[in-house]
Amino acid sequence: MGEVVGIPRALLYYHYYPMWKAFFEALGQDVVTSGKTTRAILDAGAKVTVDEACLPVKVFHGHVLALVGKCDYIFVPRLVSVERRAFICPKFMGLPDMIRCNCRDIPTIVDSCINLSRTTREYVGAVYSTGRMFTGSVLKILAAHNRARAALARYTRRLESGMTPDEAMAVMGLASPCDEPVRTAVAAALSSSSFSSSFSSSSSWSSLSSSSLSSPPASGAAGALRGGPGRGAGRVVVGLVGHPYVIYDPFVSMNVVRRLREMGVSVVTSDMLPAAITEREAARFPKRVFWTIGRRLLGAGFHFLRSGTVHGCLHMRAFACGPESLIGEVLEREAARSRDVPFATITVDEHTGEAGVLTRLEAFVDVMTRRRKP
Amino acid sequence: MKVTFAHMGNLYITVKALLEGLGAEVVVPPMPSKRTLSIGSRHSPEFACLPLKVNIGNYIEAMEIGADTIAMAGGVGPCRFGLYGEVQREILKGLGYEFEMIIIEPPQGRLRHVLQQVGRLVGRNPVGRYVSAARLAWAKMMAVDELERSVQRVRPVEGRRGAATAALASALRLVDEAASMARVKRALGEGQEMLLDARAPGADSSDPPRIGIVGEVYVVLEPFVNCDVERRLGEMGVLVERSIYIGDWVREHLFKDVLRLRKGRKPYDLAKPYLRHFVGGHGVETVGSTVEYARQRFDGVIQLAPFTCMPEIVAQDVLPAVSRDLGIPVMTLVFDEHSSDAGVLTRLEAFVDLVERSRRRQSMTGPPRARG
Ligand code: SF4
Ligand code: SF4
Repeated sequence: MGEVVGIPRALLYYHYYPMWKAFFEALGQDVVTSGKTTRAILDAGAKVTVDEACLPVKVFHGHVLALVGKCDYIFVPRLVSVERRAFICPKFMGLPDMIRCNCRDIPTIVDSCINLSRTTREYVGAVYSTGRMFTGSVLKILAAHNRARAALARYTRRLESGMTPDEAMAVMGLASPCDEPVRTAVAAALSSSSFSSSFSSSSSWSSLSSSSLSSPPASGAAGALRGGPGRGAGRVVVGLVGHPYVIYDPFVSMNVVRRLREMGVSVVTSDMLPAAITEREAARFPKRVFWTIGRRLLGAGFHFLRSGTVHGCLHMRAFACGPESLIGEVLEREAARSRDVPFATITVDEHTGEAGVLTRLEAFVDVMTRRRKP
Repeated sequence: MKVTFAHMGNLYITVKALLEGLGAEVVVPPMPSKRTLSIGSRHSPEFACLPLKVNIGNYIEAMEIGADTIAMAGGVGPCRFGLYGEVQREILKGLGYEFEMIIIEPPQGRLRHVLQQVGRLVGRNPVGRYVSAARLAWAKMMAVDELERSVQRVRPVEGRRGAATAALASALRLVDEAASMARVKRALGEGQEMLLDARAPGADSSDPPRIGIVGEVYVVLEPFVNCDVERRLGEMGVLVERSIYIGDWVREHLFKDVLRLRKGRKPYDLAKPYLRHFVGGHGVETVGSTVEYARQRFDGVIQLAPFTCMPEIVAQDVLPAVSRDLGIPVMTLVFDEHSSDAGVLTRLEAFVDLVERSRRRQSMTGPPRARG
């Protein structure tokens, strides 16, 4: 017993790692992750995928390869859907297949198929069959699932208190390698009340933990509706919109969060907003957006552009990302209409240089600072 | 109210028959051209997939000649198509056009529901009229599909370069003009005759290389955006078969709940070893059909995909494994507004070369059965 499950530090690692880790550990497994994304990881991933694949998918492949030799299983879930009538992105639906075809000679893939688009039955089945790979006891699986849910809820609260995934995981004591700046930021976060109270809320961002699995419904709208940090509260505040595996991966995003903070700017990301707000805002679009993350990004973008809680809205996306091409278009149009809040889009791909991103960030912070109203 | 819609290959023949049969005034957009594409891509988001861009061009060109209402299909994801209508409406409104856009959402399983939505376009109609309009449109669609299947077999053996394509064009015109079920039938018969006549004498004994076309439905069906691959291959002497026809698309899109219909269908079983789950669009069909073509001992498969198309990228990513395992050459052509005829032609020629060389090699060693 006590085999090792590897979890690639890419894609929805940033949303679900605490949950997955708790699940496998409760089943008596050890859990390892790949290290932080590096040029070598990206290159390894890019080598085995087709050119057309998006950067995050290439990065994911690289992380899978980086886990070879370090574990007995690699967790590559097929995340079809984490809520009713919505998906994440077609690429998530084929991820285990891409990995199988592209990465030969790798440990056993655990490819639980998570699909909550129609019923919870399939989900229950997936949890069960995943658990069965490691234990014969249904009770153990149930207990592991409960622990996992609880871990996700704790993690979500951290995110909504204004932490990035790295910070939240560090605070929760999850053994994820975490570098110096993050540790400092965590310490700061824990001591500064303005930082952590600004977005206090107990609601959850993920339908996986709220609606679909019958936990109490979101109750934090009131807290968040107080308006977040608010303009004029001292620091310049930027709303950062993007897929978690883009904006939080320091390599992919060129460290966007840290850079902005170093420039003295407070960062509120789309994941820090309670679901009640993003859902309400996204409903302004005439049709319900059927991508879970896409809808969150749209709602967050609308909120940042319209609520007067931030000084600027920054959209960071991966080159040639499907959902973002449409979400970005709608946000750009909204920004052009409201004109009130500066809006910029930064597109990253494997050739993006740090210097270029830095220049754009500096320019954007300049604009925000200048446009800032007293 | 003058209704228009986007082009997708010869789909206009069907849509026009349906809407006119229901008493709507229809404006068919000008056939897609360089202008359509350049207008469309100028006003569309850079990374939107190609169909969205060409659609925008179609709408604008149709409004220039008087259309004021746009009919468009909707969708429930996971692919971008389901949001096309809303985004296109925003783009066109932003450009200052005045129009109404009616988005027909896929009913979760009911034909009546589709007809109700179509009713919004055409006003009230007696039930009988719906039935006859739908039947005529359906018959035309089937006829178009049949003609498109036939022309593939004629092109590699046509007597004169371009004869098959010209015969197809006349045949399609006949179908388009046919005003009753009986006339559609006659048009189809005449069309098939014309196609047969386009063949060179002694064509029956020829044994052309066979290439399967798979991929995203829009670029497969729309010769304008795929640089006319089918015709070009045909004229290089290749027998082309394609994995998807308009009829398939309409059936899926309008009449059945997408996910449920697809379970347990043949391409899904065939794709299983490589792709075990629906990925939106026609990703699984692309993989499943490639396997099918390999089993039928086709000489090669060409995948057509719009740039950034998500389902096709997943498919493209697993196709090398299919190709390796089953020993069938596979090539992917990705199209966007910058695709050039010359570039595509070069790649097609190289691929056909490769295919023919491996055919010769096989015929030299002889088919395995002949020796045993
Ligand atoms: S959402 Fe965009 S970035 Fe993420 S996997 Fe899909 S295409 Fe790639
Ligand atoms: S199938 Fe491809 S081209 Fe069609 S909407 Fe989806 S992503 Fe775009």
